[in-house]
Amino acid sequence: MSGAILEMVGITKDFPGVRALDDVTMTVRRGEIHAICGENGAGKSTLMKVLSGVHPHGTYEGRIVFDGEDVQFTGIKSSEHVGIVIIHQELALIPELSVTENIFLGNEVVNHGVIDWVEARERAVRLLGRVGLEVDPDGPIKNLGVGQQQLVEIAKALSKDVRLLILDEPTSALNEEDSENLLSILRQLKTQGLTSIMISHKLNEIAAIADSITIIRDGHTIESLHVVAGNVNEDRIIRGMVGRALDSRFPDHTPKIGEKFFEVRDWTVEHPQIPGRLVCNHSSFYVRRGEIVGFAGLMGAGRTELARSIFGRTYGTYLGGQILLDGREVQIPNVQAAIARGISYVPEDRKVLGLNLLDNVKDTIVSAGIRRISRRTVIDPEAEIAAAEEYRKAMNIKSASINVGVSTLSGGNQQKVVLAKWMFTQPSLAILDEPTRGIDVGAKYEIYGLINRLADEGKGVIMISSELPELLGVCDRIYTVFEGRITGEMSAAEATQESLMRLMTDTAAA
Amino acid sequence: MTATKVIEAEPGKAGAPAGGASGSSVGAGLKQVLGGNLRQYGMLGALILVALFFEFASGGKMLTPSNAQNILNGNSYVLILAIGMLFVIITGQIDLSVGSVAAVVGICTALSINFWNFPWWLGILFGLFVGVVIGMWQGSWLAFVGVPGFITTLAGMMLFRGLYQYVGKASANPAPPEIRFIGGGYLPEWGPNTGLNNSTLVLGIAAMAVLIFLDFRRRARVIKAGGTPPALWVAIVRLAVTAVALGYITWLFGSGRPGTSFPVTGLILVVLALVYNFIATRTTIGRGVYAVGGNKAAAALTGVSVKKIYFLAMTNMAFLAAVAGVMYFGRATSTGPSDGVGWELDAIAAVFIGGAAVSGGIGTVTGSVIGGLVMAVLNNGLYLMGVGSDMTQIIKGLVLLIAVAFDLYSKSQGKPSIIATLARGFTPKVVEAELQAGVVPNRDLGNPLWGVLSFLLFPVGIVLWLTWRTDRPNSAKQARSGVIAALVVGALAGMIAIFYALAQTTGLFS
Ligand SMILES: Nc1ncnc2c1ncn2[C@@H]1O[C@H](COP(=O)(O)OP(=O)(O)OP(=O)(O)O)[C@@H](O)[C@H]1O
Ligand SMILES: [Mg+2]
Repeated sequence: MSGAILEMVGITKDFPGVRALDDVTMTVRRGEIHAICGENGAGKSTLMKVLSGVHPHGTYEGRIVFDGEDVQFTGIKSSEHVGIVIIHQELALIPELSVTENIFLGNEVVNHGVIDWVEARERAVRLLGRVGLEVDPDGPIKNLGVGQQQLVEIAKALSKDVRLLILDEPTSALNEEDSENLLSILRQLKTQGLTSIMISHKLNEIAAIADSITIIRDGHTIESLHVVAGNVNEDRIIRGMVGRALDSRFPDHTPKIGEKFFEVRDWTVEHPQIPGRLVCNHSSFYVRRGEIVGFAGLMGAGRTELARSIFGRTYGTYLGGQILLDGREVQIPNVQAAIARGISYVPEDRKVLGLNLLDNVKDTIVSAGIRRISRRTVIDPEAEIAAAEEYRKAMNIKSASINVGVSTLSGGNQQKVVLAKWMFTQPSLAILDEPTRGIDVGAKYEIYGLINRLADEGKGVIMISSELPELLGVCDRIYTVFEGRITGEMSAAEATQESLMRLMTDTAAA
Repeated sequence: MTATKVIEAEPGKAGAPAGGASGSSVGAGLKQVLGGNLRQYGMLGALILVALFFEFASGGKMLTPSNAQNILNGNSYVLILAIGMLFVIITGQIDLSVGSVAAVVGICTALSINFWNFPWWLGILFGLFVGVVIGMWQGSWLAFVGVPGFITTLAGMMLFRGLYQYVGKASANPAPPEIRFIGGGYLPEWGPNTGLNNSTLVLGIAAMAVLIFLDFRRRARVIKAGGTPPALWVAIVRLAVTAVALGYITWLFGSGRPGTSFPVTGLILVVLALVYNFIATRTTIGRGVYAVGGNKAAAALTGVSVKKIYFLAMTNMAFLAAVAGVMYFGRATSTGPSDGVGWELDAIAAVFIGGAAVSGGIGTVTGSVIGGLVMAVLNNGLYLMGVGSDMTQIIKGLVLLIAVAFDLYSKSQGKPSIIATLARGFTPKVVEAELQAGVVPNRDLGNPLWGVLSFLLFPVGIVLWLTWRTDRPNSAKQARSGVIAALVVGALAGMIAIFYALAQTTGLFS
């Protein structure tokens, strides 16, 4: 096939105890956007790591044909050499370095052995222009939002004369606006002749942008779809991914809402570095028993900050406000106190805040509720194993055993481990910050079911999410947050995406 | 919903010893006996090889009772420092001040006894108290002010060295006999003439009894939790090897010139190693230490108080430095100007040879002790061969470099650290592994007699070596064997009692 830029034939990859890929075959045509879909742990990231030399030649079986030639990569550098660049599931930018420095990191513009910063900066500006990003090329990366950082990653890839760009879940951390923007940049690059492969669990995006779709299930290629005007929709992809049609995205749930038990009044918190800037501005809200409360807002609106400042004041400087549990004011000065009061917080960034990547599944699951399996600081090993097994099953975590390191799990399964860790504390109020980020449709459904179950047990759930359909589908009541203030409150029954969007962006509506 | 005991106890089968090595190859069998990855035993193997090498190279001077006693007496204090250093290093910090702290404690103990006329025990308590105060001082700088441990303890290294010189005024202060006993004494002689030191013999037998007991209990637990323990013969061979090794060690330390035994310093070391191994693997504090080293931010959000862990690690380190200081004071019989110089480096080297990671989060107590022993034996062996201290330094440096490089290599191959899991031999971790893996389908607990039988191999270790060492007078040999046999019979009766008590409580023989 002359139109093919890449063929992967019969790829098989084993890890100790798991066959991650089993005879996977995939063809990518020149100049297309090729999507890879599959459940968590299906082997998508592994396939791309094989392609980009992260798993070098010799550690897998099968052939890779790039541009008509058999290629055998020994590492990332050698795949980049032929123009294959991968942007990993987790961003790899260095927060303290400037945009320019990051773009050329490992690929510096050198002139007689010395880095030519003037030239580098010139080129950086041009690259940033290509991805439609207007930021200071000398400013540090940490000042950029996630969406902007993702674009810098693409600019960095472009700086390497990329011919095949691989994006592993590029939009999972982005809100809809940023995702839209990124997708349009991809389309634009496509018109300039760039081929890209994209992994995503956001099926609407895939249906919208992909020219072809390869579906992987349990390490096997299930099918390859060519998209011709409207023949592939989300349901079609889901059918391929899970092997059956999914009747609905959200489990049926009849809320049994009790009385108000958790309330926050006038919560005011200052930014940890920038004095005077309020990340929470006199925020007041409440949660009733059995209620699922959503928090909608744009990236950076202050939802995470609000949640973390409540959760043992782990963010910012507390300026004022009260927390009432069952009508009585309580002090929650640290995480231990929060856990003791039955509050749990599932952070949005699992690698940075949720996991110790050196730990195994078992130790991670019990880590937050360690008191439940220990007496006077001595851990009961049998209780620990039993607990870990129970939660691994309950959360349907795909791992060879509870003793494998969490770093070997697929992204989605890592997320489930973090959820399990916090469910194990048996919270009366569970704060979930983007709990379904990077999780496949089937697993999302499971997690929604779990959230419903928590609510049915009379617990309160706070769910922060950037996906409005998810908030509308799961929550009973939704608050909107804009620039640190709560700008609105609606029952999910009467809310729509548009009405939420207005409150999330328009202060005047408050 | 509770987390305990989802795994129902299966009715145990009382049974005849089953098993037998039918059908499995020698290699696979060896693997089972050692409990998994052979590489993990690399460091222990290295220790044995180094010892044997010098035994032959020096014409039999290495493995003599007096030399073995010397090695322990001359290195126990460094190994104790290594245990404390391990915890500091796991948290991702380092302590450069331990030598100076030990010296200060030594001089404080000495002066309080010689000038304030403290009784010896009060002098020791005073020394330990000084150590703890110093630890709290350093811990506070690290935990509450945020000065990195490297800086805090670099300052401490100078500060306490200066303090030592100021307080000590270069005087030599003799140690009272009790402290000399702690730092270099031997266990008492008593009872019939067995040709061995009876205290050592009893210790050896007790240790063997405990090991058999633990192995048996672990097996019982696996079965009770519904898992599959490894084949019976595996356990028997494992215990048999242990029995021979312990028998040999008992002989090695017990057959020295009259009045010598397994050294007191060794006993202190073993007790501390057991206690700290328990803390590391079985307590919430231990988990906290690993969590902080693995991912500080995630640990904090999990309810681990990072400050508390830092503070405890530093305080504990100085406490152990104080123990080491007192022991060395006793061994050297008087204070001296070079007390504690360079000890921190030996301790740090031991920990890293033992498989700890520089970036924190990884390391074991057993590993560190074995790492320290490798260095000690190397040092001693080179000395026996008349190698000068210049060459000794060079060789030690190279060994450190190569050991750590090898460890990194095996980690990068996806294998666990050579000895990271070595310590798990008799800890609950193995229960989990065996629960999970179910090495060989075998649900028989077996007859408790097998444990007792393997106990018989204990004297085999002694007798073997007695016959090998022909330089021992024959008549004494016979006397020994007779008394040993008598002792063993007594021990057997005790063992049987233990097993049946245990069987009753676990209900496996009902
Ligand atoms: N380094 C590794 N060691 C052991 N197992 C691994 C390793 N990397 C991946 N795996 C296993 O391979 C399988 C596929 O993982 P992979 O990361 O490719 O999944 P994925 O399709 O990208 O999932 P997700 O959507 O959750 O990111 C999983 O079962 C995972 O546990
Ligand atoms: Mg992935």
